[in-house]
Amino acid sequence: MKLTLREAPAKKDKKQDTLLQVRNLKKYFHTSGGTVKAVSDVTFDIKVGETLGIVGESGCGKSTMGRTILRLYDATEGEVLFEDKNVHKASTRELKKLRRDMQMIFQDPYASLNPRMTIGEIIGEAIDLHKLASGAKRKARIQELLTLVGLKPEHINRFPHEFSGGQRQRIGIARALAVEPKFIVCDEPISALDVSIQAQVINLLSDLQDKMELTYLFIAHDLSMVKHISDRVAVMYLGKIAELSESEELYANPLHPYTEALLSAIPIPDPEVERKRQRIVLKGDVPSPMNPPSGCHFRTRCPYAMESCTKIDPVWQEVKPDHFVACHLYNKDIMGADVRKIR
Amino acid sequence: MQPETRLTADMFRPVTDNFKDAETIGRPSISYWADVWRRLRMNKLAMVGLVVIILLVLMAIIGPMISGYTYYKQDFTSKNLQPSAEHWFGTDSSGRDMFTRIWFGARISLFIGVAAAFIDFVLGVIYGGISGLKGGRVDNIMMRIAEVLYGIPYLLMVILLMVVMGPGLLTIIIAMTITGWIPMARLVRGQVLQLKEQEYVHAATALGADTKWILMKHIIPNTMGPILVNVTLTVPTAIFAEATLSFLGLGIPAPRASWGTMANDALVSLLIGNVYQLFIPGFFISLTMFAFNVLGDGMRDALDPRMRK
Repeated sequence: MKLTLREAPAKKDKKQDTLLQVRNLKKYFHTSGGTVKAVSDVTFDIKVGETLGIVGESGCGKSTMGRTILRLYDATEGEVLFEDKNVHKASTRELKKLRRDMQMIFQDPYASLNPRMTIGEIIGEAIDLHKLASGAKRKARIQELLTLVGLKPEHINRFPHEFSGGQRQRIGIARALAVEPKFIVCDEPISALDVSIQAQVINLLSDLQDKMELTYLFIAHDLSMVKHISDRVAVMYLGKIAELSESEELYANPLHPYTEALLSAIPIPDPEVERKRQRIVLKGDVPSPMNPPSGCHFRTRCPYAMESCTKIDPVWQEVKPDHFVACHLYNKDIMGADVRKIR
Repeated sequence: MQPETRLTADMFRPVTDNFKDAETIGRPSISYWADVWRRLRMNKLAMVGLVVIILLVLMAIIGPMISGYTYYKQDFTSKNLQPSAEHWFGTDSSGRDMFTRIWFGARISLFIGVAAAFIDFVLGVIYGGISGLKGGRVDNIMMRIAEVLYGIPYLLMVILLMVVMGPGLLTIIIAMTITGWIPMARLVRGQVLQLKEQEYVHAATALGADTKWILMKHIIPNTMGPILVNVTLTVPTAIFAEATLSFLGLGIPAPRASWGTMANDALVSLLIGNVYQLFIPGFFISLTMFAFNVLGDGMRDALDPRMRK
């Protein structure tokens, strides 16, 4: 098993078909204490074969967004179109068909496998639910999937507690692959793992992407890992997407003040540079999603906050090709002549 | 000065060989229930309880047949006899063989205990399961109804039931279960609320599983442990409650006997000094309570994942 990260895969062509469209998606949770606006109005596309990374602090709604896209939660508002089919309006039968195309890999490899089931039963569940195979064929398919993720066919009768975290995560991947999906939401698949095992799982994921032409929505909070694996990256803050662009571009030219602050937190593995590096330290904590600030959600911690940030929601605009940002600093109508120059 | 050691190629061997077996698991595979059984077996007291329960059940089956007497035959020439070779547990004030009656009573008492536990289990799992799974407002309303029902004084309800339905086995079982299912429903609801947010349940939903599938494959198997403990502990509670009701004269009508009615009958002859007539049914009630309670406690420990070694 290789423990180093391979070269990042070559970036794909720009002209690609859209696989998934998320339009004005909102997910609110009604609790006794009030309404938690976990995801408030996000819009983006995912193209066939790409990896879209989602980064943001914990509690910013990344996981909720991933789950709402797959309709594990019902959306409060907005729509998700998978190959032009509306996921949240699909009938039970249509939804079951869609579920074959869209899968999920979970964050906690200890909680995502039923402790009472053997590995064969866990992976077999996916096969049984869609009646993909039975009898000897079913067993052969399960063993094939185990081999595919680097486990042994004889593990079929083992129980989850007999495996390590990394192995369990690979079982979770095998389960997701059992239905031959086109799109997988990876919800922080590596954050619960040892650093040495993280590389193993990341390599497996990108191998599988090449082999099976998969599209990923990769949720994480490790910025350098996201940069490595993603074609495009979206930055989330308090239920909204602040910035979205190709990953090289985003890391080289962050536009949103929040992205700037996030990127300045990545340590550089060079003591000389690291010593001179200027970190942008944000003041205060993330406000409660029950009562987000008016106007721009980031304004309470933004070093450039202005009068208009409290009143007007920033517009989601494409300030240069494929680079979207929601910030007044780049809006001519608000800033007039003071509008920030874009490199 | 130390001689300088030269490092040569033949002093090394490739590390890759060791990685071939990196995914092998050495330990033999043990299923969850096999592991629970292994831990339960190590608990001596629980095993004593289990053996006692098995013996009680066996004797309830064969006991009334081996003495040569029937439970209803009255023989006034031989009443209030002390235990002897003729009558192993003596006879009662109507001259009936106590040994036969004890084991016949064991059938009734154990049947009431098991039936009450089973009905509690079915009602509790269905009610609690729906309440937990639906959540939100449905859960709120269902739990309030259960609480109101639980608030009605128990004895009052039982006596009312006796008046309406007349005493009998069925009445006793209904009396046991009319509120008995509520603690079970609460337990199941709590478990379901917790389990339905588990990631493996989300994973099953993402794979296209419907509610029924998730309930049958994921939630019920995972709640089985605490439910089983609760069922085991319900059996002695029901037996004891039946004994109490019978002792108050609200039990099984003669000539049939349960341990509670036998204890009640014994009160009359207690005044003339026949303590054994009260002692024997009392002893078996206590023994059964003890056996089920230690087994239940042992199972609770065996099922607790924190006890895993």
